Amino acid sequence: MFNVQKIRKDFPVLDRQVNGNPLIYLDNAATSQKPAAVIESLKSYYERCNANIHRGIHALSEEATEAYESVREEVARFIGASEARSVVFTRNTTEAINVVAQSWGRANLLAGDEIVLTPMEHHSNLVPWQQLAQERQAKLVFLELTDDGLLDLNSARRLIGSRTKIVCVTQMSNVLGTITPVKELAQLAHAQGALILVDGAQGVPHLPTSVSELGCDFLAFSFHKMLGPTGVGVLWGRPELLEAMPPFLYGGDMISAVWRDRAKWNELPWKFEAGTPNIADVIAAGQALTYLQELGMDQVRAHEVELTGYALRRLQEIGDATIYGPLDAHQRGGVVSFNFAGVHPHDIGQILNESGIAIRAGHHCCQPLMRDLNVAGTARASFYIYNTREEVDRLLEALKEADKVMGHVACR
Amino acid sequence: MSLADDLYRETILDHYHNPRNQGEIANPSVQVEGVNPLCGDEITLFMNVNGDAIADLKLKSRGCSINMASGSMMSEVVKGQPLTEAQRIIELIKSMLLGKSADVMLPEELEDLESLQGVKKYPVRIKCALLPWNTLLEAIQNLNPGDNGKK
Repeated sequence: MFNVQKIRKDFPVLDRQVNGNPLIYLDNAATSQKPAAVIESLKSYYERCNANIHRGIHALSEEATEAYESVREEVARFIGASEARSVVFTRNTTEAINVVAQSWGRANLLAGDEIVLTPMEHHSNLVPWQQLAQERQAKLVFLELTDDGLLDLNSARRLIGSRTKIVCVTQMSNVLGTITPVKELAQLAHAQGALILVDGAQGVPHLPTSVSELGCDFLAFSFHKMLGPTGVGVLWGRPELLEAMPPFLYGGDMISAVWRDRAKWNELPWKFEAGTPNIADVIAAGQALTYLQELGMDQVRAHEVELTGYALRRLQEIGDATIYGPLDAHQRGGVVSFNFAGVHPHDIGQILNESGIAIRAGHHCCQPLMRDLNVAGTARASFYIYNTREEVDRLLEALKEADKVMGHVACR
Repeated sequence: MSLADDLYRETILDHYHNPRNQGEIANPSVQVEGVNPLCGDEITLFMNVNGDAIADLKLKSRGCSINMASGSMMSEVVKGQPLTEAQRIIELIKSMLLGKSADVMLPEELEDLESLQGVKKYPVRIKCALLPWNTLLEAIQNLNPGDNGKK
């Protein structure tokens, strides 16, 4: 049973006051808060078990290795992957995408090849491909959005073609909330012999996700947006692709044998995990997964659809609010970007902060999309499992207050 | 003190809603773009110099209230001033915004700019207030030495 009040008790930070008001944390698309179980895991790891992994013969090292590797298996189950060796731990989503761009990209991309993207990609799923394209004289091709902010599949049928080598798309936009039709895009990519990489930074924390159902070739995501600590990301790849790819970083742990002049690479997944990894945070990330699994991702999604629908309805009540992205909560995630005529998002954010409400204001690492929308930035409220209708109501009251402070420009 | 007293004072809101000297100058002596990537403030500054003085100054800006108001007030005070005087004012305002000391008293002709002092309490907004001034400084520095006025 999904009980928000019970969930809230698991998050110590929600007891905080900001500027004399209870914290209302609506910046979950940037990073989520952490439950006590995750925080406790970090503490108990360092107090009881800290050791380096994959090498020690002593008890602590064995325990740490076992705990670290068991999270890999949990991740595989969480994303519907059949093999744990196809799960590579990285620092974050950005690093996971860079592994593919640098390793797979450099080994496979030739001049004239095309990389297909959407206009709503986060800089982390755009800039690595720009660099690769420049290096290889490859071309970036952008799919189109419909007027209501959905991905236009007709443009995909037209633009994914024989020159396409890889399609790189967000699972869910961190600005528009738009959920991308990954399954359909995967079929279009595969029909042309191309691969598809999914940026799951926003999707995996909020949507039930199965790589086998999506039919994707690579999936990248970060734990800090899904109750886990910062500093842990995942690259999942089809094992045969990862096998064929050269390493991304070189050094310890990624080798099986080393001579003075050469080395042999370790097997998957360690080939891609050079150096001592982020052991403590990976283990704590396992607690985040357990927490989400106990809630059930279907329930997480249902809660966010309900809350997002409510927020969209309430926002539309306000005079001159522009809402970006689809208005149907079933076609989008719990990310609501908006602007008020005449009030800059930075001012909105500042005034909401006075009421203890944390939102994000700015370009959200999507400058090209901001240009398409012809705005300097947007205000963005983003929800997670611990947010409530009452918090949405408080947000709306504070927005009206912001309008008052700025001289009643929007609510006329 | 409330946010409205600190930050969104009447002077600021007036300049925000009615920014002065907005627009472009065709063939200016110098043109400089400034951006604040964090919050997306953008400013293009056009300046005509006649002899050693700022003959005309226009701004094309897109930004938050603090940024717009700061630029608007700046354009009013530096227009017509000798470049050296403009530089002195820039330094004064920068020290007002960045200084650790309590409120700075400004001379009467710069009185409006005192309304920016509230920004000091909100460190993330200082960059917004500074952007026009840093852009103007860059514009002055970009004028070729010895190149007095239009080419």
